[in-house]
Amino acid sequence: MLLTVVVLLPLAVAVVLMALPRIPDRVASWAWVAASAVDLALVAWMWWRFDPGAGIAFDVKVRWIPTVDASYHVGVDGLSLPLIAMTTVLFLACAVWSLREQHRPRAHAALFLFLQTACLGTFAALDLILFFVFFDLTIVGMYFVIAGWGHGNRRRSALKFFLYTFVGSLALLVGFIGLFLGSDERTFDMVRLADNPPLQGAPVAGGLVLLAIGIGLGVKTPVFPFHTWLPDAHTDAPAAGSAILAGVLLKLGTYGFVRIAMPMLPEAWRDWAMVIVVVGVVSVVWGAFVALAQQDFKRMVAYTSVNHMGYILLGLGAAGLVGPADDDARTIATVGAVVQMVSHGLLTGALFLLSGVLWSRGGTYAFDRWGGLARPAPVFAACLAVAAFGSLGLPGLSAFIAEFQIFTGALQATPVATVIAVTGILVTAGLFLLALQRLLAGPTTAPASAANPGGLVDVNRREVIAIVPLLALSLVIGLLPRVLLDVVEPAAELVTDLVAR
Amino acid sequence: MTPAAALAGLVLVPAVVGVLLLLAGRRADRLAGPVAVVAGVVGVALAAITAVERPDVSAPFLGIVDGGDLALAVDGLSAVLVVTVTAVSIAVIVFAVVDLPRDAARARFFGYLLLFVAAMLLTVTATTLPTLLLAWEVMGATSYALIGYRWDVPGKLSAGTTAFVTTRAGDLGLYVAAGAALAGTDSLELADLATADGGWQHVAAAGILAAALGKSAQLPFSAWLSAAMQGPSPVSALLHSATMVAAGGYLLVRTMPLLEASGWAATTAAWVGALTALVLGAIACAQTDLKQLLAASTAAQIGFVVLAAGVGASAGGAAHLITHAAVKAGLFVAAGAWLTSLGTKQLADLRGVARRHRGMGVAATVAFMALAGVPPLALWVSKDEVLAGADGAVWVVGLAAAAVSAVYAGRVLVVVLARPDGTEARDVEEPGTRHVPASASVVAGVLAVAAVGLGVLAVPEVAHAFEDVLDVGSQPTPSAAELALSGGLAVAVLALTVLRPGLVNRLSGSVLLPWAGLSRLLSPQPVLAVARAAAAIDDRVIDRAVLAIAAGVRRAATAIGRADDDGVDGAVRSVAAATRRAGAAARRPQTGLLHQYYAQAVAGLGVLLVLLLVVR
Repeated sequence: MLLTVVVLLPLAVAVVLMALPRIPDRVASWAWVAASAVDLALVAWMWWRFDPGAGIAFDVKVRWIPTVDASYHVGVDGLSLPLIAMTTVLFLACAVWSLREQHRPRAHAALFLFLQTACLGTFAALDLILFFVFFDLTIVGMYFVIAGWGHGNRRRSALKFFLYTFVGSLALLVGFIGLFLGSDERTFDMVRLADNPPLQGAPVAGGLVLLAIGIGLGVKTPVFPFHTWLPDAHTDAPAAGSAILAGVLLKLGTYGFVRIAMPMLPEAWRDWAMVIVVVGVVSVVWGAFVALAQQDFKRMVAYTSVNHMGYILLGLGAAGLVGPADDDARTIATVGAVVQMVSHGLLTGALFLLSGVLWSRGGTYAFDRWGGLARPAPVFAACLAVAAFGSLGLPGLSAFIAEFQIFTGALQATPVATVIAVTGILVTAGLFLLALQRLLAGPTTAPASAANPGGLVDVNRREVIAIVPLLALSLVIGLLPRVLLDVVEPAAELVTDLVAR
Repeated sequence: MTPAAALAGLVLVPAVVGVLLLLAGRRADRLAGPVAVVAGVVGVALAAITAVERPDVSAPFLGIVDGGDLALAVDGLSAVLVVTVTAVSIAVIVFAVVDLPRDAARARFFGYLLLFVAAMLLTVTATTLPTLLLAWEVMGATSYALIGYRWDVPGKLSAGTTAFVTTRAGDLGLYVAAGAALAGTDSLELADLATADGGWQHVAAAGILAAALGKSAQLPFSAWLSAAMQGPSPVSALLHSATMVAAGGYLLVRTMPLLEASGWAATTAAWVGALTALVLGAIACAQTDLKQLLAASTAAQIGFVVLAAGVGASAGGAAHLITHAAVKAGLFVAAGAWLTSLGTKQLADLRGVARRHRGMGVAATVAFMALAGVPPLALWVSKDEVLAGADGAVWVVGLAAAAVSAVYAGRVLVVVLARPDGTEARDVEEPGTRHVPASASVVAGVLAVAAVGLGVLAVPEVAHAFEDVLDVGSQPTPSAAELALSGGLAVAVLALTVLRPGLVNRLSGSVLLPWAGLSRLLSPQPVLAVARAAAAIDDRVIDRAVLAIAAGVRRAATAIGRADDDGVDGAVRSVAAATRRAGAAARRPQTGLLHQYYAQAVAGLGVLLVLLLVVR
């Protein structure tokens, strides 16, 4: 019941906001903050009560479409709880960030609250149809965020985003139907499908279903070559929208791999693990190099997401290479992949909010329009530096915990691919330091604008309150990773065992 | 205080104080110096306690396998190093307090400096790979911040970037080594590395080697050290003595069993070390900038440590790390003090500087003599302990490198001890104060005393005691003849350099001055070109293909729409039109005139009759 409240509370507040047009804008913005804060408190309580060794908790199952055995079935385990927590944190940060939203703040708040329910619902879902419904609702919500509150060529980017990811989700639906038809029990229930995986002993059918699911999730993740919607969507999305898009929506794809593809199609996953690894490594290298060449800060960060998601695929693919690697190594790779999902949400969320600082002051993300910002805006510079070093995998911040485990875990299974992927952290180091150099050092330059007299105006208190907690959490995970790993490790162990069946 | 708490404090005190200083920012500028000095003194005390008590301490970090913890311990090698690191650090901190400009952002400087020292202390006490990697990379990142400390001056931050990216290129090896450790030993314990089975042992050895060579600025990574000279002098004094570049040498000495077990890795280390000592020594000879000369000499001297790890002379390697740290820290203090005083670090402009600032001059002269390998000073004996382990061609190259160090040391001595001739330029790089603070001279003096005092390692009893501290068993020791040979060589080469300075000065016109093109190896241009090509493909091929698919769908939709309009809907419309026409035709007989209806009825009945007849 508690989980249902967590999932649906934002939607309820959104409905109230839309139903009462007389609500003042300020109240609507604060209502969003309050709803997100309550949600976060509830998730914190769930985290406190959660027993990592006990499997799925807080689960509820209500009959929905009995003819195909689809139900409202939600629950959390060590894979979904960290992502649910990260999601609530990020939405709260965006709520604080948007307190001064000028453009239709009531609708803005309601839309983000709707989006929050859709995201939380996807992570909590234990039924394929329910998962699919929430998954698609996130696409709808994000379409309106970009089209309504974006900038630049926003309608085109929003449409590109919608069509691309929606087509991907249709492939996902085909895959889900394949799982349904292949299952002995004819069910959409994820727990039962994982207990008794369909299409075992049917390599062709299993491979095709995995292909459909893989394309569906791969578009969302995104992996090479399905990634080109990402930079456009990010460039034209508002800061908070970008933070949610990169921080949460991309994770729906990677989460789908650990939650659906690996436990439900273990045989196909093992058969095609090398392909997953290769796709991951290509994404790593491609994302890093293309990011290095960008002349626009936000596009650069967008491409680094392709790079970071590639590491997840590498780790999860290596977890499927049962032959060459032992259980410990595969588990470590899986743990790293899950930690990377959380870590990337926090750090990239912070980076996109920081890019919003540039936009709000000067209306551009172009590197050549900014320079020497450490002088007028030291707090901005410090936050940007921490986020950049975090994102390039500096130990002490969360991404290191993720990437170190992915690399060490994957090396035994696939040494060549892993060594190639490791070079990715060198390129990201170069590109982030180059970005810091371009933005922060040198003579101070900034686009002339009314919001920006005499260089960049430093981040204000509202922006600090939105950004700094994300960086602080990344630091906590980086220095005291047990907080997270105690929850993730048993679940990751289970997934690697399930894949090895 | 328990010894374990002392060990934890050894790392945590500088780390926490450093972070607090960074968070306080400019508000803490006035306090930062004294606070750093206190932290440094506490560090020395804690290092002394841990060196005696040899504790270990650990905290949970990563899971699943052994060795995931943050674990540190002090053994013989670590004991020697924690004492060296903390001692050099306090010296450098004291120097920095007087050397930094009055209005400098001191809290930021000392904050990063203390974090950097904490990372080095964690590096030399780490017993697991995650711990080592954490310390190792944080050290790299803080070195970036320190080298780029004056970020507002063009080029400084990019020098930091060069240093970080180059050392990280080596660091990738540590990630790979950690993976190989997991695969080969099912643990992440540093000590288990040598027992890794199969090919994993070689992978691990290659990874460790790459990481160490990168950090220690050995060939082919050396050029980042040249860029790192952009940092403030105290940073150079710390980076190039007991920390950072020393870390690579330390790691190789620490993992010597692994290098030996793999076979080729030990040989490679020996050769890379010897060649770096020789080539970077030659580069040092050609430099016209004192700090650049000292930087090249640092890579060359650490080359002896790497050589030591390759030939199994762990005591010699450790000794050389210590003696070089003392000597080089003192020399960078001198170079920094002169730069602050005279505003230049060009050798030509430093003519007679040792006469001008006497105290500092004496200390620097002693340190340069030690660097040259003159007996009975410290580097003479530690270098010979290293060379005692080598034989054959490596030994020859090592000895040649030792002679080269006498050349570059002599070259500086000639200049700084000469009488000024009045042609020296002043304030070339920054406005000078014309003053060397007494405490800077004291710091250099103390380090010079260490450079002299550590020469006692030449006494066999002392050398054995040192080996006992390290707990390394029997070590190759230099014979009296070898000591005499290298000492004599050093003195002879030094004398020749001093008497015939023209011979060496000619080198400055050669390719050695711009570091023999080594920086070209680190050029980002090829990578950037690849990146631009990838970005172009991404935009023009991949994204274009997606858009083409969308456009194709749209064109197909238009075609289908037209087919729908013209074909399907056209058929429907023609049916409707035919029906309408039929309806119109059907209306025509309905005239309302009875006689016509009768006629139609008759005609109809007639037709029916005919039909009936025909059918029947």
